[in-house]
Amino acid sequence: MIQLRDIHKSFAGKPVLAGVDLAVGRGESMVIIGGSGSGKSVLLKCILGLIAPDRGQILFEGRDVNGIERDAFLSRFGMLFQGGALFDSLPVWQNVAFRLLRGALRRPRAEARAIAIEKLRRVGLGPEVADQLPAELSGGMQKRVGLARAIAAEPEIIFFDEPTTGLDPIMSGVINALIREIVTEMGATAITITHDMSSVRAIADRVAMLHDGVIKWTGPVAEMDRSGDPYLDQFINGRPEGPIAALR
Amino acid sequence: MNRRGLLRPLAVTGRAVLGGLALIGRVAIFAARGVSHLLRPPFYFREFLNALMAIGYFSLPVVGLTAFFTGGALALQIYAGGARFSAEAVVPQIVAIGMVRELGPVLVGLMIAARVTSSIAAEIATMKVTEQIDALVTLSTDPMKYLAAPRLLAATLVVPALVGIGDIIGIAGGFTVGIGQLGFNPATYMRNTVDFLERADILSSLIKGAAFGFIAALMGCYHGMRAGRGALGVGRATKASVQAAAVLILAANFLLTNLLFPA
Repeated sequence: MIQLRDIHKSFAGKPVLAGVDLAVGRGESMVIIGGSGSGKSVLLKCILGLIAPDRGQILFEGRDVNGIERDAFLSRFGMLFQGGALFDSLPVWQNVAFRLLRGALRRPRAEARAIAIEKLRRVGLGPEVADQLPAELSGGMQKRVGLARAIAAEPEIIFFDEPTTGLDPIMSGVINALIREIVTEMGATAITITHDMSSVRAIADRVAMLHDGVIKWTGPVAEMDRSGDPYLDQFINGRPEGPIAALR
Repeated sequence: MNRRGLLRPLAVTGRAVLGGLALIGRVAIFAARGVSHLLRPPFYFREFLNALMAIGYFSLPVVGLTAFFTGGALALQIYAGGARFSAEAVVPQIVAIGMVRELGPVLVGLMIAARVTSSIAAEIATMKVTEQIDALVTLSTDPMKYLAAPRLLAATLVVPALVGIGDIIGIAGGFTVGIGQLGFNPATYMRNTVDFLERADILSSLIKGAAFGFIAALMGCYHGMRAGRGALGVGRATKASVQAAAVLILAANFLLTNLLFPA
């Protein structure tokens, strides 16, 4: 469904992506792992068109994304941002129903609110939070609202950017389980970027490891522990010694 | 001194000129994009109304107080200065022309730069560093259309109204001082004010207000959208936006005064 071919991106002369090749099939949950600053978020933003790659090609259903009408392309995506990226000035329900209140997917206000409340319920939040402002919610609740917003318009592809960063282990487990359930239930294609191994094991069908600007290893999550790849082994076991240089 | 040393001042000057030209180009393109979004649907009416309230209604107290005290001080200065050549009687006329042609628009413009430009820049910059701008894009919403265009239009429409109100309150400040402290007859003061002002004076005030409103919102949006990372990025964007808006408003005032009232 999504194919990346030889993607390059540099910032101020420093290469971040140096020839990424990756394919994600329809209905698959792909988790991209890699250290902090390895370019995972940049890769996701390249697919969404938030950052233009210097070189390479991104194909969506076999077509170059540059040739696809932007609004139609984006309307098939949902995204959960690392910090939630909820709009401070809007109440929770308007955040969730943002896409349903404007643009091509616009619905009557009452209907959009009802859908927002249903999506909030789906992520374990009651209707009482609908009229609260994002700043009044805890970090875990904000993540859930972000998740509700990502699925509100029933997208075919959902991106999760570090979904458990900043959450305690129990709340991380809850969010991981929710993501897995929702992705399975909706039959959506999912790309998650994380360095939280509990997320990887809970969410992934397939795993790709990004290091030094390229995909070092990719394969089914079940094969991750016996891959024999020294980079992946070091990363998933959290060892300071190995081919990945660790600053101390 | 070697050849490289001799050429250094030229290189520095060249870099500064090119940098300045590039900046003008970037701002001009940003402004053109903002305006072009006003001409193409969709138009976010709710955002426009929110901007009208934030820029117009909530700026009324600071604009009113600034204009009132300035009008009063102006009356005192003109009275004291005029006394040197027995021209104390011109206080109503000079207060009126000073407020309407110059002080009203400039002071309101600067107050809007301080209050509104900073607020727009800080809000948009915070949205940028917390990925809210990226979130808008992923939700099929163009940030220029959603954030910049409604604010540009609202400021261009509502700042002239604020300037008009500021002019009236400034004249009222002069009137209060004139009657209370300087012994003017109220009816004479009012008649002198009204008789002296021309339609062109009022029109120039409103035109300046529209230009200053556009500049204030443009600088807030431009610097907010280009903010760097973290709290430092928000702080720098806010500071740069207010500085740029204040300087551009004063420069535009000079240009518009030349244009509207050629010597």
